[in-house]
Amino acid sequence: MTTLSPPTMAGRPAAPPPRKRSTRRRSWVGWGFIAPFMVVFALVFLAPIAYSIYLSLFREQMVGGTSFVGLDNYQRAFDDPKFWEALGRVSLFLVIQVPIMLGIALLVALAIDSGRLYGKNFFRIAIFMPYAVPAVVATLMWGFIYGSRFGLVGNINDTFNVSLPNPLSPDLVLASIGNIVTWEFVGYNMLIFYAALRVIPHSLYEAAEIDGASQLRMITAIKLPAIRGALVIATIFSIIGSFQLFNEPSILQNLAPNAITTYFTPNLFTYSLSFSGQQHNYAATVAILMGLLTMVVAYVVQLRGMRKEA
Amino acid sequence: MTKTARRALRGVGLATVVALGLTACGSDDGGSGDAGASADEVTQALEEGGEITVWAWEPTLGQVVEDFQAEYPNVKVNLVNAGTANDQYTALQNAMQAGSGVPDVAQIEYYAMGQFSLNESITDLSGFGAGELADSYSPGPWSAVQANDGIYGLPMDSGPMALYYNKDLFDEYGIEVPTTWDEYLQAARDLHEANPNAYMTNDTGDGGFATSMIWQAGGRPYQVDGTEVGIDFSDEGSTRFIDLWQQMLDEDLLAPITSWSDEWFQGMGDGTIASLATGAWMPANLESSLPDGAGSWRVAPLPQWDENAPASAENGGSALTIPDASSKKELAYGFLQYANAGDGVATRLENGAFPATTADLNSEEFLSTEFEYFGGQRANEVFAESAANVADDWSYLPFQVYANSIFNDTAGKAYVSNTTLAEGLAQWQDASRRYGEEQGFTITD
Repeated sequence: MTTLSPPTMAGRPAAPPPRKRSTRRRSWVGWGFIAPFMVVFALVFLAPIAYSIYLSLFREQMVGGTSFVGLDNYQRAFDDPKFWEALGRVSLFLVIQVPIMLGIALLVALAIDSGRLYGKNFFRIAIFMPYAVPAVVATLMWGFIYGSRFGLVGNINDTFNVSLPNPLSPDLVLASIGNIVTWEFVGYNMLIFYAALRVIPHSLYEAAEIDGASQLRMITAIKLPAIRGALVIATIFSIIGSFQLFNEPSILQNLAPNAITTYFTPNLFTYSLSFSGQQHNYAATVAILMGLLTMVVAYVVQLRGMRKEA
Repeated sequence: MTKTARRALRGVGLATVVALGLTACGSDDGGSGDAGASADEVTQALEEGGEITVWAWEPTLGQVVEDFQAEYPNVKVNLVNAGTANDQYTALQNAMQAGSGVPDVAQIEYYAMGQFSLNESITDLSGFGAGELADSYSPGPWSAVQANDGIYGLPMDSGPMALYYNKDLFDEYGIEVPTTWDEYLQAARDLHEANPNAYMTNDTGDGGFATSMIWQAGGRPYQVDGTEVGIDFSDEGSTRFIDLWQQMLDEDLLAPITSWSDEWFQGMGDGTIASLATGAWMPANLESSLPDGAGSWRVAPLPQWDENAPASAENGGSALTIPDASSKKELAYGFLQYANAGDGVATRLENGAFPATTADLNSEEFLSTEFEYFGGQRANEVFAESAANVADDWSYLPFQVYANSIFNDTAGKAYVSNTTLAEGLAQWQDASRRYGEEQGFTITD
């Protein structure tokens, strides 16, 4: 996890070899070698993207059939309040849930790595365990806990005669989903951080101890800088995960149909567009926009995260 | 309401009822329109045989297919479950678009037929003499298969609405079975007052239910004439329903439990939900998912708006259709006739389907069936009466499937916020209109 720095440029010949007439022949040989890869790459990666872009340039109507509309679908997405609402919601989710989740994961990783924790193997497994639970099952489970009528929340209300706010109400449902996602992924991120912490040479700690550094100082001066790469990669994964939020709201929708709209997240929006609304073209457009946006945000985070390392 | 479609009505124990004559006698109408065949041609196709593919999820069709193949040994029927309701429509639409893999017969729910009949991707059966079956079916289902002066399928089953209620619970709190919606509202108040944990019914917003209720109340929010579509939830009938349900919402008389959830069946079992207004296909679901309720539950006619003019509505039900891309329409029509108008009907009733055919709805044997689950009550009498009272001038949107899918985005707000139901339905109306416009329909006011 620490090998994230780009491949070094060292070793490249200072000047290109002199051109010869045989260049053309050699290039064909080269293509021959990478052809198997290129075929698979084109088929598996490029073709679906190209097809989505192709789809996004058309519009199919129940009355009037299919017509080429150029970039109309993109224009429509930019003007679509549902799209912006969905995007705004996952952005809010990203800004609040991701720091909380990564913060907890980091704290746990540091605690386990500190070597002062009793039963650290147990904690490591126990905290990682939720990640092994399929998201669908996890969401169902939390859905039952959240139920204010027959769920745990309902039981607490009845037993203690209190009235907790309904976690599945429109105001709280996003926070409830954030809680599920945090529960699911803290262990996963903890493991990334922990693996990165393990490869820090112990001599650094010994040196710091001799210098009289406190534990806190060791964390800020040694551990955190050393796992910067892992932090960045976990952040990027989480950003992608947030923008792709789908399973949790989609399943909770059955329990809270009025709190989770069909355009709750961009993914849910594309799903309902294409499967309930037969608007495949517009769905492809939204998917492409979201893909681009995710790439841009992830790239910016990576640039920012890696810059200081250089 | 996608689940209303799957009816596994094992409960309706039914013996043999010889249904309608298999042969339509219009031998001389040489097929109007682009598709059609005389009864002789259909019979001939059945004799010659061939292979057809049927996409359906209705469980009782399995036996029908076997019997059909026994009767016409040269015909081979591939019965495929391509998904339930919406899943199947998506698959069907994809196949139709691709132009390959389209089945010869497809099950489609009444509320979803519009989107297939509109562009004639399913066959108008008038040319096969389907028009002569008009009197064989009860009015609700028959009107549901018609569009643009064509007949786009043969009704398979129906879901005339009735009120299912927990008699033990009603008795415990001294609640009379309501015969009007005013009484219903009062009963809901009395019940909830007597036991704050008990509710007359549950609802968290359901487009299929709301439209059926409006249908019964006399509202006709959808006006469909080809590609001209009117959507208006401000007519008198719609307003009746809105006012009633707004009161139910305001006074907290609706259990906030979503239909078909686990909580729903639990709620019916533990006395949280005292009654349900839904289709005649419900008994089998009660038997399978709420076995402990046997003996406690009863069926009553749907409460009325006007006691002197009893009205009812359909909730659910589906037809068999022939996709236009099928190359074996004669054979497919032969199967449709057998399954939905001929001997197949009796077989399906035996296995618990609720019929759409008047001959069965009126047969002594059907009506006198005693439901053990309902304490020996002859529930079919209630259902049959309801079926006869269904007004037949209702129409769904050609894009009702999508419209229902966004019901909770819009009207659903009334269930969880200060938005009123009238405002919510107005938003639903706007969103549906917008979608209609996007899809190229002419929206009229």
